[in-house]
Amino acid sequence: MNVVFYISAAVAVASTVMVITRLNAVHALLYLIVSLLAVAVVFFVLGAPFVAALEVIIYAGAIMVMFVFVIMMLNLGPHATREERAMLSPGIWIGPGILGLILAGELVYVLAAGGGAAGAVTVTPKEVGIALYGPYLVGVELASLLLTGGLVGAYHLGRRESPQDTKGDKT
Amino acid sequence: MIAAIPVQHGLILASALFALGLVGLLVRRNIIFMLLSIEIMLNAAGLAFVVAAARWDQPDGQVMFLLILTMAAAEVSVGLALVLQLNHRFKTLDSDAASTMKG
Repeated sequence: MNVVFYISAAVAVASTVMVITRLNAVHALLYLIVSLLAVAVVFFVLGAPFVAALEVIIYAGAIMVMFVFVIMMLNLGPHATREERAMLSPGIWIGPGILGLILAGELVYVLAAGGGAAGAVTVTPKEVGIALYGPYLVGVELASLLLTGGLVGAYHLGRRESPQDTKGDKT
Repeated sequence: MIAAIPVQHGLILASALFALGLVGLLVRRNIIFMLLSIEIMLNAAGLAFVVAAARWDQPDGQVMFLLILTMAAAEVSVGLALVLQLNHRFKTLDSDAASTMKG
């Protein structure tokens, strides 16, 4: 089962290298999603299935969808359709597809080997929840405060300014 | 039971991912790529916490990863709002366009 760790570590490093060398932001996002999925496999092998699920759902799901939305909002214009046509060509998908297939093969292997986490000891979601709402309760409260601050900040920064605000000094 | 993965190898992976994110942050000037690199670095830091949690079989490291996840979500929402403002004002995503302060 150790080989699953090393293969997914190699996939993570390779796709991260591809992220920081791409010129197109959407291509980089595709590779970053593969990288996050590979790190999720690493978490699973290390005996942290709860965190692996959260990595897929929140990082590779929600946060990446937010990036895709913003890139879509920025790319309004005539070259957006050209971009779209380029995205439909199969060449772009080969790299992330191969790396994703490696991860899918690992998934099949782990399921065939019994389905459980591979590490020496698995820390179950129940233990994490007990720790989260026991000694780390203040941390949960601070996290909720941080999310509220993020919500207010994003709303404040993201609103469309009126024309006299951009001319004058007052905001 | 299969032997567990050595903690050094997990930390090597975490530091490699962190270094890649740092290189991306320093090299790229497109602000979207800089945000992506920050995400990579935060994820690598979380990976180090989970490796440590697996080493001592304690849930504390996973709790820290959850807090990092929350922080990354808040950070990326504010950061993407800043990206929209930058694109609205300077019509570019180059972070050097906003290098001068008003004052």
